[in-house]
Amino acid sequence: MYPRPIPETAIWQRRVYVLAVVIVLLAWLCPLFAIVLTSFRSTADVMGGNLWGWPTEIGVIDNYRAVFTDTPMARYFLNSLTITIPSVIGVLVMSTLAGFVLSRYRFRGNMLIFALFVGGNFLPHQIMMIPVRDLMVQLDLIDTTAALIIFHVAFQTGFATLFMRNFIAALPDELFQAARAEGASPFQTLVHVVIPLVKPALAALAILIFTFVWNDYFWAVVLTVSDSVKPVTAGLANLRGEWVSAWNLISAGTIVVAVPPVVMFFLMQRHFIAGLTMGAVKG
Amino acid sequence: MQTLWRRQRWWLTPVLLIAPGILLFFTVILLSAVRSVWISFHEWDGFGPMVWIGLGNYIELYSDPQFYVSLKNNLIWLVMFMAAPPIGLAIALLVNQKIRGMRFLKSLFFIPLVLASVTVGVVFTWVYTPEFGLLALIFRAFGAVAPAVLSDEHFVTFAIVIAALWPQITFCMVLYLAGLNNLSEELIGAGRVDGARGWNMLRHIVLPQLTQVTFIAIAVTVVGALRSFDMISVMTAGGPFGSSSVLAYQMYEQSIFSYRFGYGAAIATVLFVIMAVFIAWYLTHIIRSEERGG
Repeated sequence: MYPRPIPETAIWQRRVYVLAVVIVLLAWLCPLFAIVLTSFRSTADVMGGNLWGWPTEIGVIDNYRAVFTDTPMARYFLNSLTITIPSVIGVLVMSTLAGFVLSRYRFRGNMLIFALFVGGNFLPHQIMMIPVRDLMVQLDLIDTTAALIIFHVAFQTGFATLFMRNFIAALPDELFQAARAEGASPFQTLVHVVIPLVKPALAALAILIFTFVWNDYFWAVVLTVSDSVKPVTAGLANLRGEWVSAWNLISAGTIVVAVPPVVMFFLMQRHFIAGLTMGAVKG
Repeated sequence: MQTLWRRQRWWLTPVLLIAPGILLFFTVILLSAVRSVWISFHEWDGFGPMVWIGLGNYIELYSDPQFYVSLKNNLIWLVMFMAAPPIGLAIALLVNQKIRGMRFLKSLFFIPLVLASVTVGVVFTWVYTPEFGLLALIFRAFGAVAPAVLSDEHFVTFAIVIAALWPQITFCMVLYLAGLNNLSEELIGAGRVDGARGWNMLRHIVLPQLTQVTFIAIAVTVVGALRSFDMISVMTAGGPFGSSSVLAYQMYEQSIFSYRFGYGAAIATVLFVIMAVFIAWYLTHIIRSEERGG
């Protein structure tokens, strides 16, 4: 262990250490606390300039109700779900198939395809923007959730394939030899050998891709225009323009956008960290 | 037909399995990237026919003052972002103790990483709000008046980069924490026996084992810096007067707002070339480590 662990017997040292960490943590999350506290403020206080003093009344319920009833936020939220969930499923399917083939079959061009999948991942999104937008216009999909789903599945498949390939490549060879000896077809091998073993990787990928897609903003503003298809990220940016200085409402809206990925993270923390570091450290 | 499938399936199945992924990724992502370069040689409003103008867009770019402002800002992003790996390592070292409750505290540190960049943008816009924001509050505590950082062309890019560093540092910290958990106990033990402590230990025994992690941390940080768009769009929309724009944002603005898709594509191509140099370096590195069997 580095740094040297603080021994269990040094109770006071431990207490001081934990206290120091808590202080750093408070400073670290200070901007977040600011926004949470502001989302509790009443409109009267915000308009009166009382943003940090003792609140005259608590506006938390009014604020969050206003976000959902006076603005299209509920709609945006639903849109985000209809974009994110199919995208995650699409990516998982595509990348398991591609990762299986790339890790278990040797053929000319294998490394090249793999390198393109990895390299494509690092492309700045802007280089694809104009043609992807044009493609969606041609397909008559512009300003639909389908446009975003297709793009996200295509793009995330690159990263996810790298991830699945490395995971499947690390499975013991004997399993595949045994499957072949039993006369299993490649498809049977995939279904009966690979899929049961890659469940942890799939969980890690699912949470990662969920966060990536949910948090996307660039493609949301490029491919969608109407409120009926916009996800929360683009919606929040809109609302900020409309509310201007109603910081209590903006804060509440921000929290609404932040909650799903944060909750997902806390529910599946181990998978999230494992996924992030495995994808990165192995890559 | 059935016998044909039986006989050929050993190679047909893998081809069929990988086909959808390849098809989608190559047509939507890679082909689009190539098409952008093609479009950059044209004058195009996004609807009508494209008119070939050769290097016209690039020549215009060469004498566009905004292009240099954006390029300079991209450079500021890149340089300031390099603070993320060391600060991430510092926080990772701080919290890397196995004490009851630390797991929970650590996960609280991770929060900025899962927030959308739009969220981070709005949060920091609030922090930076003149008179009422957190920054103004802190300045007032010291009897000073906080500058309106987001509407001052000298401060604006730095203010946005500091906001963007928040999740980026977190990312590096997560990577380093994973790295610190894979350190060789033997080497550390041997170092302790030899009397290595503190800085010496870190410099000569710990960091060499973290080379791979550092490489990845720098890679994701470079990509993050070059890709920056969301925060600028949300916090300033490139303003005031284009002073906080970067190539990615200028490109978006030229295409979506001014309908100059050819010019936008040219800016994207420049960004792409910068990134391509980096990707090439990165790919050779991983292919080499692949061949070494890592």
